[in-house]
Amino acid sequence: MNELFEYTIRMADDSLILGQRLAELCGHGPILEEDIALTNISLDLIGQATSLLNYAAEIEVGNRTADDLAFLRYGTEYKNLLLTEQPNNDFAHTMVRQFFFDSFRKPFYEKLQLSTDKTLAAIAEKSLKETKYHLKHSSEWVIRLGDGTEESRERMVVAVEALYKYTAELFFMDDVDQKLLEQGIAVDLNEIQKEWNRYVNEIFSEATLEIPENGWVQSGGRLGKHTEHLGYLLADMQYMQRAYPGMTW
Amino acid sequence: MTENEILEILETVNDPEIPVLTIVDLGIVRKISVDNEKIEITITPTYTGCPAMLVIEKDIKDALIQKGVKEENIKIATSISPAWTTDWLSENGRKKLEEYGIAPPVNEVDKSLLFAEPTPVPCPICKSKNTKMVSQFGSTSCKAHYQCKDCLEPFDYFKCLK
Repeated sequence: MNELFEYTIRMADDSLILGQRLAELCGHGPILEEDIALTNISLDLIGQATSLLNYAAEIEVGNRTADDLAFLRYGTEYKNLLLTEQPNNDFAHTMVRQFFFDSFRKPFYEKLQLSTDKTLAAIAEKSLKETKYHLKHSSEWVIRLGDGTEESRERMVVAVEALYKYTAELFFMDDVDQKLLEQGIAVDLNEIQKEWNRYVNEIFSEATLEIPENGWVQSGGRLGKHTEHLGYLLADMQYMQRAYPGMTW
Repeated sequence: MTENEILEILETVNDPEIPVLTIVDLGIVRKISVDNEKIEITITPTYTGCPAMLVIEKDIKDALIQKGVKEENIKIATSISPAWTTDWLSENGRKKLEEYGIAPPVNEVDKSLLFAEPTPVPCPICKSKNTKMVSQFGSTSCKAHYQCKDCLEPFDYFKCLK
């Protein structure tokens, strides 16, 4: 196994799949400004995925392009976090998912900027600027909705309950990470976890929300084992290339 | 062709999304190198997902071809490091933006401060400083959406990115 390829693909798939999820909201946002915001964030994520997939294609010995990697893999070959593939459901679910992810991505990119791998460091530096806007946006919504009306709070509690179990996976590390950590390429996710806990607790306390007590966690995405939601997303995303192989604009 | 002559040609290529700015005003042309007949131009995206990049590449090629450069001698490379910042926007570019009705970037707001009052952005139409941010995300990745509370006109603000 090529560890650097695997590491890059995992990161790329997080951005790609969450970007695709948010793109589903194009024209369906709860208000016009939010529609534009969610699709802006989607575009940033797909942009980040493009940079990462281009790099993955470069690392891989083979003929696959970034587009092939994005559109022509099977479900078990996607290595994204389970969190990123969860459905949009209502606005509370969309924002809680985004908040959990952004709270991870910001400190992650801050550390990845220092990677000994120059390409990953450059992608991180560029993406971090965008991620700061995303995190501010999702944090403000979590506070506004959690500490909002009876209904917004109720929905936030349900969303947190539904999604929290996927957050343990944010800090999943295996041999891929260990090997690259030794070379100064990868980020030590144990450090990120501390920062994530601190930040999420801070925002939740302002939002009058609580971390669920039930300790059940679900993972598998990094190894290609997904929830049932990914298949539907891929069917949508890959439709054009599957129906008309090799089609271009 | 010299690097300066190429720069002059690039100064005629407009950004497809903000056509009042040239790609040189925007600061996305990072390097021009000439080796005999071969020309290599390095550009950088404003945001990673900027959908204008492919169009810009094509527009650069078309502009050079029109001036007699052979297509096979043109290479366009993309670089993302160092990352683009609004500091690279030229003085001339800032002026043109404002005339066009887009407020140019002012100092950055600390993005870690939640619900912080955004930096006051003067209205590009009536120049009033009594404006409000409607959304930090606007019609393109690089813009936020504002409204003037005096003349009531909605306007785009070119976000500060550092």
